[in-house]
Amino acid sequence: MIHTAPPSISQSETVPQATPPTPPRKPARRNVSWLGLVPFLGFALLFLILPVFYLVNGAFQTPDGRYSFETMLSLSAPEIAGSYGLSLKLSFVSAAMGTVFGLILGYALLLGGLPSWVRRAFMTFSGVASNFAGVPLAFAFIATLGRLGLVTLVLRDVLGINIYAAGFSLFSFWGLTLTYLYFQLPLMVLMITPALEGLRPEWREAAESLGASRMQYVARVALPLLAPSVLGCFLLLFANAFGTLATIYALTSANYPVVPIVLFQQIRGNVLYNPNLGYALAVGMILIMGLSNTLYFILRRRAERWQK
Amino acid sequence: MSRRFPILSALIALIGAAFFIVPLIATFNFSLRMKRGELSFEAYRSVFDSDVFLGVLGFSATASLMAILMGVLIVVPTAYWVRLRVPRARPVIEFLSLMPLIIPPVVLVFGYVRLYGSSSILPLTMTEAGTNVLLVIGYVVLSVPYMYRAVDNGMAAIDIATLTEAAESLGASRLRTIVFVIFPNIRSAIMSGAFLTFSISLGEFVITSLLNRPAFGPYLVQMGQDFAYQPAALAIMAFAFTWICMVLMEAFATRKPGQRLLPWRAPRSVTKAKS
Repeated sequence: MIHTAPPSISQSETVPQATPPTPPRKPARRNVSWLGLVPFLGFALLFLILPVFYLVNGAFQTPDGRYSFETMLSLSAPEIAGSYGLSLKLSFVSAAMGTVFGLILGYALLLGGLPSWVRRAFMTFSGVASNFAGVPLAFAFIATLGRLGLVTLVLRDVLGINIYAAGFSLFSFWGLTLTYLYFQLPLMVLMITPALEGLRPEWREAAESLGASRMQYVARVALPLLAPSVLGCFLLLFANAFGTLATIYALTSANYPVVPIVLFQQIRGNVLYNPNLGYALAVGMILIMGLSNTLYFILRRRAERWQK
Repeated sequence: MSRRFPILSALIALIGAAFFIVPLIATFNFSLRMKRGELSFEAYRSVFDSDVFLGVLGFSATASLMAILMGVLIVVPTAYWVRLRVPRARPVIEFLSLMPLIIPPVVLVFGYVRLYGSSSILPLTMTEAGTNVLLVIGYVVLSVPYMYRAVDNGMAAIDIATLTEAAESLGASRLRTIVFVIFPNIRSAIMSGAFLTFSISLGEFVITSLLNRPAFGPYLVQMGQDFAYQPAALAIMAFAFTWICMVLMEAFATRKPGQRLLPWRAPRSVTKAKS
């Protein structure tokens, strides 16, 4: 789960360095300075790097201790590939919907001419909602759209629409997507705000003075400028959804076989009957998370060129 | 641009607001329906009456506070040292501090269970106390990305090099400088990181459940399986709790060094001083 951090986070690169360059001292002392980082580096080594290394090491071994690619390759077995497919699909759809709707909502809030108290209310609420995930979120959606949820009942009794008879279920793909959207959408609004604020009025005026219509401005100026930010946010939302476990666990009682759920079951009781396959599953998750985060950082670099 | 009422924007905002608020109203309403035929706070009373609730809440709150303390002890000296003495190490430290965002908690705890399990050099999970330590460490790791950024931003706002020189020229030791000069100046940044850490770890489920700790996250899941109305009440309380943490985090994050500790009092004293 990615939580929104203080608003200043994305600007940390532009913060002026308070530290002057290290004053010239005897070279012997400069080497000693590194010792000050030992507690942090030691902590990271013991509780971040070594655990990951252990899993990576195990993923490239067979159960009898031979090093081979066999275990990693067996991730393509139908059942496991199916789990990855399901995870990727759920993450992709919820991230795409969060990106599109979040962009539209963000644009309306920041550039749509709404009073500033509306924007502030949404921003505060988004900060809370993007952190409101996990088990309580599942409870809220069960009380809303579950079989006996309030919205389900109101739709059935007042409007005569029985959504469960029509094939909807909160515990199926679209129900889960809708639940994810509750934290994906506000996260998108928060993350795209700096980029939207970076659209300078001059650019719009320049386009208009050259005869561009509003649609032309959006399509030919604003969207291309926003594209790296939007794509970056999409990747972050994607990773956010991909790592989510608690929400789906509480919603479906662990009966929806996305990768984190399968891994959770594997840690509980070796459901794959092959400990090394569990390691491979974990390494697969790290690879997907790492890839989308790396691409995000590259895109953010690109996006920041316009925000100076 | 014309000054007419922005109909399209208002419509979009309205739909967005409905999506955000309807689940909350529905959940709240649902939580009041425990007694047949009337609205009551029975579900809330039943939650608070349970000893289990107070027990797990106490456990989780203690673990979260320990995680905040440990996180501060690791992050503050490191961020200080990186800025003051070894700026060249910044990319490495920053990368490490962001790594927990790439490693999902389920993967992290998988590594812990195997690496610190029965047959390891450091078998933390074999004892009750050891598992609790591992749990707190897990929370610290989850919070490091936010804590490090919050503290580092706090340090960017003050001139730590000058403060350090001033303290040293008055004879303060390195430890004394950190504890009595640097720390008070970034207190609000730390508080801001602390509230975020608290909101992350109090209801944390994955690490807590896989380490078999009697904490709030697993209790919530159990409640969801056993009862109908109490979970809705718990969801409303969790939302209120998250809201409070975020408001406090924001308040401390935007406070300038030297302002009063209670941020909502500060503007009044500022305007008074000006007038």
